[in-house]
Amino acid sequence: MTHLHSVMPTIGPLLPEIMMALGAMALLMYGAFRGDRSVEGVNVGALILLILTFFVVVSGHGKITTLSGAFISDNFSRIMKALILIGSAATILLSRDYFQRERIDRFEYPVMILLCTIGMMVMASANDLISLYLGLELQSLAAYVIAAFHRDDVKSTEAGLKYFVLGALSSGMLLYGASLVYGFTGTVSFPGIVTALNADSTGLGIVLGIVFIAAGVCFKLAAVPFHMWTPDVYEGAPTPVTAFFASAPKMAAMAMTVRVFIGAFPDVTAIWQQIIIFVSIASMALGSFAAIGQRNIKRLLAYSSIGNVGYALIGLAAGSEEGIRGVVVYMLIYLATTLGGFAVLLALRRKNQMFETIDDLSGLSRTHPWLAFSLAAMMFSLAGIPPLAGFFAKFYVFAAAIKAGLVTLAVIGVVTSVVGAFYYLRLVKVMYFDEPQAPYEPMSPGLRIVLGLSSAVVVLFFLVPAPLVAAAGAAAKSLF
Amino acid sequence: MTAAAAFFYLFAGFAIASGFMVIAARNPVTSVLFLILAFVNAAGLFVLMGAEFLAMILVVVYVGAVAVLFLFVVMMLDVDFAALRQGFQQYLPIGGLIGAIFAIELILVVGSWAIDPGIVRTPIGQTAASEALTNTQALGRVLYTDYAYFFQIAGLVLLVAMIGAIVLTLRDRPGVKRQNIAVQNARTQGMAVENRKVPSRQGVEV
Repeated sequence: MTHLHSVMPTIGPLLPEIMMALGAMALLMYGAFRGDRSVEGVNVGALILLILTFFVVVSGHGKITTLSGAFISDNFSRIMKALILIGSAATILLSRDYFQRERIDRFEYPVMILLCTIGMMVMASANDLISLYLGLELQSLAAYVIAAFHRDDVKSTEAGLKYFVLGALSSGMLLYGASLVYGFTGTVSFPGIVTALNADSTGLGIVLGIVFIAAGVCFKLAAVPFHMWTPDVYEGAPTPVTAFFASAPKMAAMAMTVRVFIGAFPDVTAIWQQIIIFVSIASMALGSFAAIGQRNIKRLLAYSSIGNVGYALIGLAAGSEEGIRGVVVYMLIYLATTLGGFAVLLALRRKNQMFETIDDLSGLSRTHPWLAFSLAAMMFSLAGIPPLAGFFAKFYVFAAAIKAGLVTLAVIGVVTSVVGAFYYLRLVKVMYFDEPQAPYEPMSPGLRIVLGLSSAVVVLFFLVPAPLVAAAGAAAKSLF
Repeated sequence: MTAAAAFFYLFAGFAIASGFMVIAARNPVTSVLFLILAFVNAAGLFVLMGAEFLAMILVVVYVGAVAVLFLFVVMMLDVDFAALRQGFQQYLPIGGLIGAIFAIELILVVGSWAIDPGIVRTPIGQTAASEALTNTQALGRVLYTDYAYFFQIAGLVLLVAMIGAIVLTLRDRPGVKRQNIAVQNARTQGMAVENRKVPSRQGVEV
């Protein structure tokens, strides 16, 4: 093979992914050889690995494309990876106590979270359709397994099976769309697709391809009309796993959506903008109206996450730099709020029994004042009341929409958030004005850390919004 | 008639005959064995077309893994194939319709090619055929260079699938007797033999 030039590609920008992969495999070996005694060690190891990777990710700079253009490391990918890593680390903290008490405490769980995180990081850095799909598949496959992790529980296995069947269907749709786009442009790389579409963007095949890709992506985001699986999977999966699904994979799915539409189809906005606007309106409306009748907090949070995706998509529909900045800020604040909400839900435990209906919150302000205060802050934030973080999240996406001329979309967003405020505030009313019940058990240290940090972000965001908004702005700038 | 044509008719004839035997055989195990024969003949056809990598993959994956798995399933599950064939008459109309559509499509494909060979266009982005490289080498060159990243991620996907299958299905069953050579070797006479005094006409309790 003398005539074959073997040039080692630049793998420096992949350092976080390589660290995670090697770490996950090392922890897997450790767990496999030490057996059940290793659970504590594997959990701690996974947490340290996620934190180390977080620092490696945030210390990166510049815009580098490597591996024949398949991998891109820019400000956008780094900020999304940072959010993904925070979500995964928080999940491990939230899971520990719950899994021990449910006796499903096995070392494979943190390893699966790590492998899932690698998939999400690949999605955030995808610069062509193949790496996008492979990252998505790695993430989804690990997610199906952890949804069914409580394998002796009928609801958990049902959640895993439903997620698997519908997820496989959506992957198929995405792949079908990707193959159409490849067929009509002759390339899988995003910059290549942009060039090909600039030369000729009139094919019906491209429109079909984009529609199918949008369908697959909306499924992963749990946006209406591809949201049917969300309430069932969220309710059936073990609660910490639900917290995971509502946090890190949402960040990855949003990163993937932005990468596909802004990275590969920036000049054919007319084709996809109407799809995103429709999906956004439908998600906001369903998220607000369907949540009103829910008694189960997990289902309520599922509908809330559907609605929140709708609001974040407003920023993408704008298709501008401000719009993407709004998306990033929205996802950051959504991450903090969701993790905090699930930390409160996991704290509702009395004598090894979990409580998850709204009535179980009654009088929480008198038995657990801090818990009630945190949840109230989350709910006011989700309702978009200033000066809490949720207000800023909505402010940036609405402002971008109005600037892009999508006034109707912004108005519908405001109206649905008023409807949404009804059920968020009902939770506050139940906690503060209803008769108290017997107190719950004290929270575990992991829950305290997650709840403390997320409450701090939600309550104190207005004091120092500048650095975070500037980081989001830099991320958005790197895409245009 | 050249040797290549003779081999083509040999492989094609065997493939069709064994394909027919797959659905005609009474014993399901015989069906699976004919399926393997069909795969091997299809692999022979691939070799004739110069696609030797595809031929080897067909043998390794389909014969080596999939067909053997079928064989296990057929042998382990008690499937009553006679009962499955009961509704044959009932499904004949719809099955016949689908078969007819397939036949018409095949005739159209072959027919249009026979009328105008120019209708088959060369695909865009086709790599130039190289005499020096076999297609295994050509695939290997891009798979381990340009596509090394995808190859590694695909490996991780398989790792996740493996861990997932183990996590969700493997159970520690109590009471399973496993051989532990270290324990066997460490056994002493005292652990295995017990001396009991047997009183006359009473016996001992074991």
